Amino acid sequence: MENILALARKTAEAAEVFEVAAEETSVQFETNRLKHIESKQSTHLALRIIKEGRLGYATTTELDDVKSLISNAVETARFGMPAKFQLPALSSYPQIDIFDPAVEATPLEEMDKLGQELIELVISHTPEILCEAGVSKDTISVKLINSNGGQASYKKSIFSIGIYGSLIRGTDMLFVGEGRSSCNPISQPEEIANVVIQQLELAKNPASVPTGQLPVIFTPHGVASALVPSLVTAFNGKTVLQGASPIGQKLGKSVFDSKISLWDDPTIAFRPHSRPCDDEGIASRRTPLIEQGVVANFLYDLQTAALADTKSTGNGDRGGGLPAPAPSALIIATGQTTMDDMVKDIKEGLVIEQLMGAEQGNILGGDFSGNVLLGYKVESGKIVGRVKNTMVSGNVYQVLKEVTAVGSQAEWVGGFLNTPPLYCPRLSVASKG
Amino acid sequence: MPDIETAASQLAETLKKYKADYIEARLEQSQRSHITYRGKELESAGQSTAVGGNIRALVRGGWGFVSFNDLDDLPRRIELAVKQATLVGKEESRLAPVQPVVDTVTSKQDSPLAIPLAEKKKLLDEYNEIIWRTPRLRTSVIGYADSHKQTIFVNSPGSYIRQPRTDITLRLSAVAAGDGDIQQAGLSLGSRGDFSPMRRLHRQVEEMAKHAVALLSAPQVKGGEYTVVLDPVLAGVFVHEAFGHLSESDFVYEDDRLREIMVLGKKFGSGELNIIDSAALPGLRGSYKYDDEGVPATKTYLIQEGKLVGRLHSRETAAKMNEKPTGNARAMNYRYPPIVRMSNTYIEPGKASFDDIIAGIKEGVYAKNWFGGTTSMEMFTFSAGEAYMIRNGKIAEALRPVVLTGNVFTTLNNIDAIGNDLDMNQGGGCGKGGQFPLPVSNGSPHIRISRCLVGGG
Repeated sequence: MENILALARKTAEAAEVFEVAAEETSVQFETNRLKHIESKQSTHLALRIIKEGRLGYATTTELDDVKSLISNAVETARFGMPAKFQLPALSSYPQIDIFDPAVEATPLEEMDKLGQELIELVISHTPEILCEAGVSKDTISVKLINSNGGQASYKKSIFSIGIYGSLIRGTDMLFVGEGRSSCNPISQPEEIANVVIQQLELAKNPASVPTGQLPVIFTPHGVASALVPSLVTAFNGKTVLQGASPIGQKLGKSVFDSKISLWDDPTIAFRPHSRPCDDEGIASRRTPLIEQGVVANFLYDLQTAALADTKSTGNGDRGGGLPAPAPSALIIATGQTTMDDMVKDIKEGLVIEQLMGAEQGNILGGDFSGNVLLGYKVESGKIVGRVKNTMVSGNVYQVLKEVTAVGSQAEWVGGFLNTPPLYCPRLSVASKG
Repeated sequence: MPDIETAASQLAETLKKYKADYIEARLEQSQRSHITYRGKELESAGQSTAVGGNIRALVRGGWGFVSFNDLDDLPRRIELAVKQATLVGKEESRLAPVQPVVDTVTSKQDSPLAIPLAEKKKLLDEYNEIIWRTPRLRTSVIGYADSHKQTIFVNSPGSYIRQPRTDITLRLSAVAAGDGDIQQAGLSLGSRGDFSPMRRLHRQVEEMAKHAVALLSAPQVKGGEYTVVLDPVLAGVFVHEAFGHLSESDFVYEDDRLREIMVLGKKFGSGELNIIDSAALPGLRGSYKYDDEGVPATKTYLIQEGKLVGRLHSRETAAKMNEKPTGNARAMNYRYPPIVRMSNTYIEPGKASFDDIIAGIKEGVYAKNWFGGTTSMEMFTFSAGEAYMIRNGKIAEALRPVVLTGNVFTTLNNIDAIGNDLDMNQGGGCGKGGQFPLPVSNGSPHIRISRCLVGGG
């Protein structure tokens, strides 16, 4: 890496080399049995340069082909955006535990056993269910150096386990599932199996809802599928800079219900989305986004922050190439109400676990509309069964402006979001009779 | 590190020597470039190169798969894949028989990577200027990407196939704002390597930007059931989501209940309905000569005269269902094993003109252009970038974007008119099993669906 930096520095006024090396191993189950074992080795090198004030960018997997990496970066720098920022100098990072050697040391046989146990627990509840499951362990090494003396390197381990079951009766299909991930090995399949078993219990009987306005409880998965995609876009500093975020001009203003607080947090120990610094070498920190309904901050990388005349929040992410602002892990604050009490409060309404297609609408404007893939009808304070052929539509900003209650217990969804259930007074529901 | 050709010829010698029922290797070398605009300015331009490969081994019905960027020490990778497969395998290996193929596929197409970045940038500047000329426009996003890759496929029975693959995508979106409201309209195109379709979009880009602004004053449809007319682009997304995925045999082959539902001969639609998947059609984004298991591409009727007559297969699903392989095992790149995927999927044209289709509709929705689509097998959703009310047989006011949903076992039966104007949409990318976006195309003529559920306010 040092030689690439030195060579790049000969032609450009500033340069940065970023390297990710990963080893991933997964065991995969299909139709209730082990079917597939995969291991993936990958190395990825990215070079960012500032030449004559402009950004150039190139990547490669061929670590020995330095020449074309540099010439590719130089060619793109002719057209690149003017760089408005300075690469960070050497600095200290918070100590965040994200590596556990026990993940890498977990034998394949152990992963196989864990998957089998998980499937058996679910099958013992519903013998005719067909399950897919996966257990995986990853080790990721990240290194970064730049021509201002900045450098960072860390190692992360991730262990994940998930199950997805399908239950088919005639042409009626029910899909259930749950997953967990951590930087430590996961050894208890019971907790995951119990979530799936509860879904199967609640979905046992069919139920239908009328077309009209109904109260709705979004479970943590429901919050993730219906409400979060719009928030991710709206709090992105780039969307704000473009004037395309509905809350871009609302910093310090109350836009959401005062029961809602949201923050970005890459500093929680042993969480898969935690890290000591972002992909530009800016130290990780917790960034409040909504504080009791008030818009508190937006997320920035170096370039976007410079253009917006503010500072990077340590959210430079290289998911799609050049660093761009992106949340690390989003946390929604818990409230006071238990899930049971929310359900008890509803005379006729819906619990939404999975909304299919909600991210396909006008995300920028906050509109969402989706098919209730997994959801339950509430009647006189009780969940009575599963609804199907039902669409729910709304606007995130209207929904979160007035929330009846926020759940007292939060869950991780996909490693990326930690949220309690949210109870909304009314939402537009269309169903096929 | 050896180049892919040297590595492949070494593999061809050695793959037979291992204790496995079947072994294959896929090696790839690729170049990509991209240009993105956000607002008035070019935001990012980049170029990348990659070399990588994978080994897949089958032992007693169990699969092992190893992918890598480092082409040194391939024997160790093969041993690992065989070891993994051995750990999994407890049954009998079954693959539909396919003759080994030795072939070098060439392309007459000039690589879009050979076109200078400056020329691509000039074109995108023109489009961005058109977008920004529109009043009340807030911002724009443009993403252009092209790639060229050379793959070599080698397997233990003796196949040795060289294939090139070139792909271009261009996505533009315009965002309009007013009175605290934000609306967007988009345009999405793709090509199997030919850059010329990207050069002629000036009029479409202008319409897209105007549409984003028009949406600010458009009402939202009232949620409920409507007679819906889909344009060829959206009907293509519909056929992909509503039926295409269900015809992928890896969902079906080991699931007895699904096999009962998906029995050949079952009626899904009217006698007018024909649905085809064909990678053998030339020049489309889902086109290829051999799939990623080295099986020649075919044209497969999925639905003929309303009845289920075929499905898409890998070698394993074909063997287990006692059907013929169709050449639909595809992998997004060397980091993934091939799985059953669509290629170019379409509804065959019927006889009705557009005027015939809308003539009898008292109140309905005309939905055009795609935003997205997804499926859970039984139920699916797809969303339209543009929508209009139909009133008394005429296209009426514009609506906010709509999301439509349906149930595969009833909605196909509710297609009651099929137009004569087949058009293929090249702008899509398909996601499955973590592999996204795989280049596909889909298409249809205009179609009419009765009693389709539309989400709304």
